Amino acid sequence: MIKAILIFNNHGKPRLSKFYQRYSEDTQQQIIRETFHLVSKRDENVCNFLEGGLLIGGSDNKLIYRHYATLYFVFCVDSSESELGILDLIQVFVETLDKCFENVCELDLIFHVDKVHNILAEMVMGGMVLETNMNEIVTQIDAQNKLEKSEGWVLFGVFCLSSLYTQAGLAGAPARAVSAVKNMNLPEIPRNINIGDISIKVPNLPSFK
Amino acid sequence: MALKMVKGSIDRMFDKNLQDLVRGIRNHKEDEAKYISQCIDEIKQELKQDNIAVKANAVCKLTYLQMLGYDISWAAFNIIEVMSASKFTFKRIGYLAASQCFHEGTDVIMLTTNQIRKDLSSPNQYDTGVALTGLSCFVTPDLARDLANDIMTLMSHTKPYIRKKAVLIMYKVFLKYPESLRPAFPRLKEKLEDPDPGVQSAAVNVICELARRNPKNYLSLAPLFFKLMTSSTNNWVLIKIIKLFGALTPLEPRLGKKLIEPLTNLIHSTSAMSLLYECVNTVIAVLISLSSGMPNHSASIQLCVQKLRILIEDSDQNLKYLGLLAMSKILKTHPKSVQSHKDLILQCLDDKDESIRLRALDLLYGMVSKKNLMEIVKKLMIHVDKAEGTTYRDELLTKIIDICSQSNYQYITNFEWYISILVELTRLEGTRHGHLIAAQMLDVAIRVKAIRKFAVSQMAMLLDNAHLIASNTQRNGICEVLYAAAWICGEFSEHLEEANQTLEAMLRPKVTTLPGHIQAVYVQNMVKLYASILQQKEQAGEKEAAQEITQLMIERLPQFVQSADLEVQERASCILQLIKYIQKLQIKEVPVAEEVIALFAGELNPVAPKAQKKVPVPEGLDLDAWINEPPSDSESEDEKPKTIFHDEEQRHSRHRQPEIDEEELARRREARKQEQANNPFYIKSSPSPQKRYQDTPGVEHIPVVQIDLSVPLKVPGMPMSDQYVKLEEERRHKQKLEKDKKKKKQKKEKRGKHHRHNSLQTESEEDIAPAHRVDIITEEMPENALPSDEDDKDPNDPYKALDIDLDKPLADSEKLPVQRHRNVEALKSPDSEAPLVEKKSKKPKKKEKKHKDKEREKDKGKKKEKEKKGEDLDFWLSTAPPPASSTQPQGEPETSAAVVAEPQEVKKEEREEQEEEEDDEGKKSSKHKKKKHKKEKEEKSKDKKKSKKKSHQNKEETAESVQNGTLEDEPLPPMSSYRLLAENPYIKMTYDIQGNLQHDSQVTVSVIFENKSSSFLKSMELNVLDSLNTKMLRPEGSSVHDGIPVPFQLPPGISNEAQFVFTLQSIVMAQKLKGTLSFIVKNDEGSTHDKLDFKLHFSCASYLITTPCYSDAFAKLLESGDLHMSSIKVDGISISFQHLLAKICFHHHFSVVERVDSCASMYSRSIQGHHVCLLVKKGENSISIDGKCNDSTLLSNLLDEMKETLSKC
Repeated sequence: MIKAILIFNNHGKPRLSKFYQRYSEDTQQQIIRETFHLVSKRDENVCNFLEGGLLIGGSDNKLIYRHYATLYFVFCVDSSESELGILDLIQVFVETLDKCFENVCELDLIFHVDKVHNILAEMVMGGMVLETNMNEIVTQIDAQNKLEKSEGWVLFGVFCLSSLYTQAGLAGAPARAVSAVKNMNLPEIPRNINIGDISIKVPNLPSFK
Repeated sequence: MALKMVKGSIDRMFDKNLQDLVRGIRNHKEDEAKYISQCIDEIKQELKQDNIAVKANAVCKLTYLQMLGYDISWAAFNIIEVMSASKFTFKRIGYLAASQCFHEGTDVIMLTTNQIRKDLSSPNQYDTGVALTGLSCFVTPDLARDLANDIMTLMSHTKPYIRKKAVLIMYKVFLKYPESLRPAFPRLKEKLEDPDPGVQSAAVNVICELARRNPKNYLSLAPLFFKLMTSSTNNWVLIKIIKLFGALTPLEPRLGKKLIEPLTNLIHSTSAMSLLYECVNTVIAVLISLSSGMPNHSASIQLCVQKLRILIEDSDQNLKYLGLLAMSKILKTHPKSVQSHKDLILQCLDDKDESIRLRALDLLYGMVSKKNLMEIVKKLMIHVDKAEGTTYRDELLTKIIDICSQSNYQYITNFEWYISILVELTRLEGTRHGHLIAAQMLDVAIRVKAIRKFAVSQMAMLLDNAHLIASNTQRNGICEVLYAAAWICGEFSEHLEEANQTLEAMLRPKVTTLPGHIQAVYVQNMVKLYASILQQKEQAGEKEAAQEITQLMIERLPQFVQSADLEVQERASCILQLIKYIQKLQIKEVPVAEEVIALFAGELNPVAPKAQKKVPVPEGLDLDAWINEPPSDSESEDEKPKTIFHDEEQRHSRHRQPEIDEEELARRREARKQEQANNPFYIKSSPSPQKRYQDTPGVEHIPVVQIDLSVPLKVPGMPMSDQYVKLEEERRHKQKLEKDKKKKKQKKEKRGKHHRHNSLQTESEEDIAPAHRVDIITEEMPENALPSDEDDKDPNDPYKALDIDLDKPLADSEKLPVQRHRNVEALKSPDSEAPLVEKKSKKPKKKEKKHKDKEREKDKGKKKEKEKKGEDLDFWLSTAPPPASSTQPQGEPETSAAVVAEPQEVKKEEREEQEEEEDDEGKKSSKHKKKKHKKEKEEKSKDKKKSKKKSHQNKEETAESVQNGTLEDEPLPPMSSYRLLAENPYIKMTYDIQGNLQHDSQVTVSVIFENKSSSFLKSMELNVLDSLNTKMLRPEGSSVHDGIPVPFQLPPGISNEAQFVFTLQSIVMAQKLKGTLSFIVKNDEGSTHDKLDFKLHFSCASYLITTPCYSDAFAKLLESGDLHMSSIKVDGISISFQHLLAKICFHHHFSVVERVDSCASMYSRSIQGHHVCLLVKKGENSISIDGKCNDSTLLSNLLDEMKETLSKC
């Protein structure tokens, strides 16, 4: 089970928090702070696993994180998850964000946290991994966006106007800021898992009955 | 114009959307809180608007603020409003907000039940998806119970997108509502073989989570998972399955044997590191479960260790970390194979990465031996000195203590060395673990008698040494050590050489800066010291000195009397008075020492931590019984705090746990022994001589060997453990030399050449004799108390409730609650008079019906099946041919595989079929089944699949006849009480009418709606034209022309059942009602309205209720003479008498009272209380029925109906 997924930047500002266990808002903030404290003081080239987040349930749990440019992606998981698998999941998540936002940067996450939530919802549900195939995730997200659009533009005049307004707003202030923030520049991290694509042949398996 | 106005108002409403809010917050860095509170006020205004778009926008902003730590629970109701918006856009916003902030304590959450149900059955898959995602985050026990059935239906949805979500969420439902696990499990299992990989992966995911908590219930799935493991190409699924096997193998070692080979192959072949790693992990689990040291598995261990070494040596820190993690698992059972990599692990201690250092530390724990303990601890002590950051240093400290104290100090050969290590550790400032060191000191000093003298001298030094008190006591946990030091010096003061000096040290004014509990111990132990000094002086005749020491106490004690700590103050004043009294006696020259020392006579023995709990409750004492009358109900109901309810719920769920069988008990006992053996606090008789303790009571019997102190006791300056290391080396060297000498002597004559070689070999563990024999006193426990009964299980563990036997057949009471027509509540109410009727009138859904049938047949059929299941697993585990693939010639792998695979197929089919058949025809069919050939079976199973839709109807028939006891050896043809109501290309309706004894003027009509088309059917509404006599029961306030909506929608190919209640006045005549079903057909082209007319036929038989009657009551009834009589005769009957009776029983709701050859008496009762008696006689080719009934019209109508039924035969 995944207990929590946190994204925060190099200064500990939360960009997304998703808890699959109930914590009060105060505790959530405390967890984010503590996690940031643990993660941020680690060097770049140490391992991506951390034991002993004190706030999120006991010794069974681990923090698995990745650091991309300005953002930390932290998953808190228990022992039923494969450590390397989760690392890959983070990679899939970031790549999916990259695809959905077209060259994602921190600002995308800042201004569209709801969209990030929606993307995450297609990957992880209730703390369990739902889908790992990026194409499938993107397909579903696109379909939902299409549905949303059809409601907004055709069926629902009111929302149409609001969308327009939104777009005008986005074109304003953030556009200047974008240049200031560098892209996450997805590094080519060797993938541990070839999700779905590679078929593993299990040779010489004794047939069983 | 109007548009302009709308636009204007919208502009105003949307003056802030999420992006604006974020931007605003970023622009108000200085007064962020103020800005946000402004925004929240605006949001509150927006939430008051009627426009749903505005509300959604507000909720969206709230979700963002929630992330920043603002409590948004006050908007819960608005969130629900947005959730129930018809537009997906808003719905999604609502569900997202709900998933972020709803929880079990949210009071409005119960309002969502119907909305979620509606969304779950929405034709739009994304509505359903978004509802499932949201629900997965905030599902409560109530929601789980109410929606479990709806979600279960979704598990068979046509869209894999919905199926995988529905499967995943079931885990959450199980957690919240454990009763749903058993009814839902068969379908979940089915999903393991779903054609869609995503669904399959989800099912594997859920079962793995379940099995991780309660593995033994899932052992029977091992063959299925094995198949998946060998066939799946999805690494995610493989990893999950392999992890699952890791959890299963400890329960079934045979499974492990079967796994080794395929896993080893995977290890060799896979390129994915994550898979490799999990394989290694599971192989390790397998090896642990197999008896260790089996020679044929040493290759596997070697392989694992070798692969792990590669991981550890990798430059990728992640792999290094995981390698160490896995290595520590091997260590437990195969320490030797790991110990050879000691160099590598010690090297990792120097790694810059703290995670890796901690893992390496863990490994060290298992790698110590008598031989290398001192060396390893020395290394660790160096690290303690170097370590920056208290966390890591604390970790090191606890590890050192863990390593040394493990297995009851098994590896410590020299306790003086250990005490000095502990003393050295006290130099650590700012550690949180002072109490740990103190506990160790106490434990060692109390339990290792031989070391007391040395310990006391060291402790005296600690007391004397100011460094512990000097530093800031508030933050410094290390002063806890003084607690132990003071106690040890006091309790074992007879070993103290310069007691006076120690006493003075304890009386120093600085002591009063220590925490209260430590001062209290000081005060108490000063007296002990004082007593022993007093005795010493009196015996030596130094009266003056004795008086001096008394005077010192009287002078210094007042500083403790003034303490702010109550405990210190109280103790100090008592003792002060005591000493003043002693002083008086001393002045009178009365010898007091004997009496004072008597205050502390006797030895304190260590008591096990759990001893208190284990004191047996005396017989006849019931701690749960009320002493006084319990308070009245009304009182407690009002005042009960919420938590009590929680507790009660948990208690309820606890007693569901299946009983533990003997084997399980034995296994646990074994595990407990194992645990005890490793627990320092349970000292049991152990094979090694130095740890053997005496069972005889009394400390005097414990043989204590004096330590030969070859070491100067007081070494100036603290660090001295190193010296022990040196001394120990020397000692060992000496020992070895002696041993060699002996060996030489022995072997000189025989094999002169080999002795040198022998002596060069490393010493084995047993060769190292401890420096002195040490007796460790056991801790005391109450008589007959087992050291560890199962009291360590957390009763609040949410997963315990899921410990459910999944192979047991489903019981009647285990159905999932289904949303029904409103009067069902009344139908469900218990009726003691007619239990059978009740059962029948419940008219559950198909699936439940099946369960009911199973329940009825459970005497034979079920048991057999269960046994079979168990045998299957055994068979799979035991008789499978040993993996022959390695020896098989390359030429013919295909054929051989096919040959082996075939029986497996057959077997599976057989099992499936068996289940089906048992459902269909009950226990009789099992006889035939065995004789049948495979081909027949195949055909049959094909037929079955075709007729599956109808099969539920057949099932009912059997159940009915079994119940009536008419069942004999002949199989009965399928019968169904469901008759066709109406049919068109879209929908087919079948119905059945049931009466209820409780309502003499109501019947329930159950209608099964079956969607025959490939479109989605929704908004179904059923309406009938009421007659004077018979009316449909409608909700209050609706007119007679209103229809009743069917409470569900139908995806293609799905059927579901709804119930409708009718009231009627007279039941003596059959009735027909015209009615219409209207519905909307939705498919790709759009949606169209459609309707279907039908005629609902209320036969007289539907007013009858099967009621059992004893023959004597039956005879009395016939004799009473108030019954009208009538008869019929039907010719051309060809079916057997037994079938005929079964038909009457089934279709006309009679029960057989008595049967003699070809003559039978039958009885039934109408809902209005009419008795109906029949005498059925079979002639050559005919049948004659004589009936008696209170009402002649009813009787004649009934007989007419019967005639019609029988003439069809």
